[in-house]
Amino acid sequence: MDLKDLYRDVILDHNKRPRNFGVLAVPPAHEARGANPLCGDTLRVWVQLDGERITDVKFEGKGCAISVASASLMTEAAIGHTVAEVQAQFERVHNVFTHHDAPLDPALGKLAALAGVRDFPARVKCASLAWHTLNAALAAATAGQPAATPPTVQTE
Amino acid sequence: MTTASPSGALPALPFSAEEVTALRADFPILHQQVNGKPLAYLDNGASAQHPRSVIDAEADYYRHDHSNIHRGVHTLSQRATDAFEAARHKLQRFINARSEREVILTRGTTESINLIAQSWGRTFLQPGDEILVSRLEHHANLVPWQIVAGQTGAVVRPIPITLEGEVDFQGFLDLLTPRTRVLALAHVSNSLGTINPVEKFIAVARERGIVTVIDGAQAVPHMAVDVQALGCDFYAFSGHKLFGPTGTGVLYGREALLEAMPPWMGGGDMILEVRFEGTTFNTLPHKFEAGTPNIAGFIGLGAAVDYVQQAGLGRIAATEEALLHYATAQLQAVPGLRIIGTAPNKAAVISFVVDGIHPHDLGTILDQEGVAVRTGHHCAMPVMEFFDVPATARASFAFYNTPAEIDQLVGALHRARELFC
Repeated sequence: MDLKDLYRDVILDHNKRPRNFGVLAVPPAHEARGANPLCGDTLRVWVQLDGERITDVKFEGKGCAISVASASLMTEAAIGHTVAEVQAQFERVHNVFTHHDAPLDPALGKLAALAGVRDFPARVKCASLAWHTLNAALAAATAGQPAATPPTVQTE
Repeated sequence: MTTASPSGALPALPFSAEEVTALRADFPILHQQVNGKPLAYLDNGASAQHPRSVIDAEADYYRHDHSNIHRGVHTLSQRATDAFEAARHKLQRFINARSEREVILTRGTTESINLIAQSWGRTFLQPGDEILVSRLEHHANLVPWQIVAGQTGAVVRPIPITLEGEVDFQGFLDLLTPRTRVLALAHVSNSLGTINPVEKFIAVARERGIVTVIDGAQAVPHMAVDVQALGCDFYAFSGHKLFGPTGTGVLYGREALLEAMPPWMGGGDMILEVRFEGTTFNTLPHKFEAGTPNIAGFIGLGAAVDYVQQAGLGRIAATEEALLHYATAQLQAVPGLRIIGTAPNKAAVISFVVDGIHPHDLGTILDQEGVAVRTGHHCAMPVMEFFDVPATARASFAFYNTPAEIDQLVGALHRARELFC
């Protein structure tokens, strides 16, 4: 294992300069909150939909480089795609995090940079928090839940 | 002999180089590679390592003497009982309790404090009574009080701390009211290392009849503790921070208080006579020890007490102080590093953050360099909130640590900065 497998340049760059860092107005956007009670990381993710298409995603939060970079890369991978496409991407990412030897699907694109966490089991939840939070926000948005009560996701 | 020069020159240690080598040889776990680097175990505040004598005491007990205690008339049961009670006797002398009746054996500090809260607290606290808990406390000396406050209508009030990480004595005095019933205070802060002058707090509390509960988990491995000299009502600590097995702990309580308290768990061993019409409880200390305890663990803890006393608590404390001074000087020289908790009187614990690097990233990078430190909120979230950090990295030292291991930590921090900054 090499530290550079985990902290690739893409990860370090997105940690230093997170993309789509900020808030969206609710409504029309939907929000979900994520927390990792073990390490104290907290995250808020906002999504805005136009029908099936995700027109914008933003996030805010405090966390380690892995969690910030994962959230930042995730926003880039989600904006402009349909809910179904992002859910498929979520499955691919989840598969990478939890299967040590799974081959990297070319459809992951830039998200393949996150693959290093599988060699650091203690850090997988850092990388997955943003994705679970986005999923909860999408579920709330597509179910037409009232935006005033954002769902909360906890990883353990 | 305990000060390093400001430039961080190697400190003079109370143990000779040969003695350090011999001491380290007693701890088999220290001699291994982690991620291809020699292990530098700097997480002693979370759990200390075990000398061979402790490991052997447990194993020998299982090989030769194991049976249940306080029950059979057969030879093994008698041997097991004798060894278990001999461990209690060692622990009693170790903290200078008046008698073995004042030494309750528990699973750890957490259980000890829950026992006080649920037995003493639930019986004697009234609605509106006030429980003073310092802001420095480990969750184990806060949450049990919140629970019993919810059950009784009592109120938990936080004693403020200073920017240096000391409990504010004047702030404590200002909080005292006729309704103050309990003072819950750490002897040594687990997250910052601050050694609290608990005697001063206890003296004031005693004058007012306030029950004093001292969390000694981080204190007993580092200094001689005399519960009679401290004058506290309760003192709790864990075996595994004292180089003993996990799942062992002690609750010291003043006999008069323990006598007045009801049992908090019912079962075997804590009774004299059981009938459906009613049950007579056992005498102290057994009244609070329901069920079969961690017999082997306490025999191991007895061996740990022997080990510590043989090494000498004075020399242990002096070694740790020298390591603390050296590590403080070395860490302060790392660019962007900030030490959280700068009390003048500290145990060998250093909590720190580094600009631009989250503590969890630090933890992973240090581990790749063979250095084990704790990262996170250290079960002291109110402390993290006070210093406005989500988490810290914490290096905590034992007498078997060396200046070379501190150099390894500093080298790993430079590696982290190369990667991130």
